[in-house]
Amino acid sequence: MTEAVSAGPARRRRRRLNWVPYALLAPGMLWLIVFFAVPTVSLVSQSLQTGDVFNGYTLTWHVQTYVDALSTYWPQLVRSLVYAGLATVFTLLLGYPLAWFIAHRSGRFKNVLLVLVIAPFFTSFLIRTLAWQTILGNGGLLETTTDALHLSWLLHGFESFLGLVGLGTGNQLLYTPFAVVAGLTYNFLPFMVLPLYANIERLDLRLVEAASDLYATPASAFRKVIWPLSLPGVVAGTLLTFIPAAGDYINSVLLGSTQTVMIGQVIDSQFLRVLNYPLAAALSVSLMALIITFVTVYVRRAGTEELV
Amino acid sequence: MTEHGSGDLRLSSVTKSFERFTAVDDISLTIPQGSFFALLGPSGCGKTTTLRMVAGLEQPTVGTIHIGDADITSLKPYQRNVNTVFQSYALFPHLNIIDNVAFGLRQRKDGDWKRKAQEALDLVELGHTAKKKPTQLSGGMQQRVALARALVNRPDVLLLDEPLGALDLKLRRQMQLELKRIQSEVGLTFIHVTHDQEEAMTMADTIAVMNGGRIEQLADPSTLYEKPASTFVANFLGQSNLLPAEVSAEVASVESGVVTVRTRDHDDIAVAAEHLPPGIRSVWVGVRPEKLRIGEAGRNRLRGVVTDASFTGVATQYLVRLPWGKELVVVQQNDGSGRLPVGENVTVSWDPGQEFILDQAQDADAGVEIDDD
Repeated sequence: MTEAVSAGPARRRRRRLNWVPYALLAPGMLWLIVFFAVPTVSLVSQSLQTGDVFNGYTLTWHVQTYVDALSTYWPQLVRSLVYAGLATVFTLLLGYPLAWFIAHRSGRFKNVLLVLVIAPFFTSFLIRTLAWQTILGNGGLLETTTDALHLSWLLHGFESFLGLVGLGTGNQLLYTPFAVVAGLTYNFLPFMVLPLYANIERLDLRLVEAASDLYATPASAFRKVIWPLSLPGVVAGTLLTFIPAAGDYINSVLLGSTQTVMIGQVIDSQFLRVLNYPLAAALSVSLMALIITFVTVYVRRAGTEELV
Repeated sequence: MTEHGSGDLRLSSVTKSFERFTAVDDISLTIPQGSFFALLGPSGCGKTTTLRMVAGLEQPTVGTIHIGDADITSLKPYQRNVNTVFQSYALFPHLNIIDNVAFGLRQRKDGDWKRKAQEALDLVELGHTAKKKPTQLSGGMQQRVALARALVNRPDVLLLDEPLGALDLKLRRQMQLELKRIQSEVGLTFIHVTHDQEEAMTMADTIAVMNGGRIEQLADPSTLYEKPASTFVANFLGQSNLLPAEVSAEVASVESGVVTVRTRDHDDIAVAAEHLPPGIRSVWVGVRPEKLRIGEAGRNRLRGVVTDASFTGVATQYLVRLPWGKELVVVQQNDGSGRLPVGENVTVSWDPGQEFILDQAQDADAGVEIDDD
């Protein structure tokens, strides 16, 4: 009895306070529902419908679309993951030393270098990718430069090497898998460098001294101390690179050939040109599922939850 | 790879210059194997740089460093059988405690790392924390882990870079005794860098007092305190009353090992002849505050007025102003004799032999007000 009397106003006040977080969440939630949850549901639903653009679609749970989609377009799907994977590895190889340099060696130029890293964003993604055509193309900047320096043999050697490892045709750079991967690497480099920088900058260099004091050679100190401590940055960077790169098609369209078609291109043409909505939707859902699987396995393997 | 044979650590005319200044200026030192050695000095005196050169984290600009017969001057830190307990502890945050302690052993491919690391942890009484992460431990515990991580490798020389600086006073006292116990147990050479004179005196067998990149004095704690070689040492280690005095031919009477010097007030003070540096006429007569007594018990007597009295529990510290303005610090044990009021005329006395004597050419204020952060 007395309990109810005293608890009454307190409980009411608590309930009113509890609305605040929901009120703060509401705009974001609403946005996500309208622009993410609903489209995703509609996309999955679309992939299971039959019909055509002119007579409308009905949900028939037609799973066969997935079988058709994957049996026809698995090469493009696999290629997308391979290109994205290669681009991620290259951005990491280029980005890690760069991030380290900016974080620990650049002194008063630190901010200038950081601005330079994001400077490409001041120009459109399309324009930047088109620029690579003029760099890599026949008679382009790279070729004329190597010619002028009498280094064409180096360029031709590299082209032959690309042909041998399956990333080129052996006699050109543009319109090869190499060009697509190079474009992806270039376009996504900032997404790798920034999270790496944020992580490496906080890394306590005295730990390197401690490792060295405990008989670790520089290589060993990197492997045992620096690398494990940079993992959160590496994971963030690779995810930010790999996920969008796997769905990218601009680089393949502008720098690749019919031999480098990525899944994004297929989805684009199925939706906008062939108008086969269910097939396009099924490919989109498959790509999403594949990426989610990859990422889950990857994050588990990297064991970063322990580091946070 | 790291077996150089142990022995005394020897620094020969070591100098370290950075772009703008010389941190360590021509230091020569021999630290006997198995001793507990302290490098003491204010911040910026070059003690940490000296330590880092022994660790291999800095290269001397000039000079050589030997352990026993082996020249380790140009060896990389990971090639030296020297380990450091860092001021920041520098524990690896991604490894648990036992892996932190075993890090050095595993780098050297010691097959017995598990047992040795556990033993080292037990030595610092943290055996139960083996599976924890460094961030789960308190500062004092992390400090002991850092110590275990260095000790476990049984280095020729163990370096301690202000390892107790981040601990609170009580824990610091406790760790000082602990360190001393561990050092005598394992018998390794310890070099302890500190700016805390009390810490250095409590722990070390030998102390090198550093100032401005040079060694001011190298001696055992009691010699440093009783017979400081410079005004810097006199002021940096404890408090000192420095009285200017002249050894004049007229008053210099040598009588049973005692020489008389004359102060500014024309008071004659008797000092032990053996304390008087030869060939110097203008001197500082230094007397520690606890050697001075209120009253006429001692042979040397000075009159003055009490200007301040502060009670510290164990003792009372008085300031006594002499007629010419100099204020003496006098510390009286709290023996129940009652406190003197400010303004009282008193006589301060002491016996010859309790003083130390320095050249008056030295700055009387060197080392004052920097003894603690």
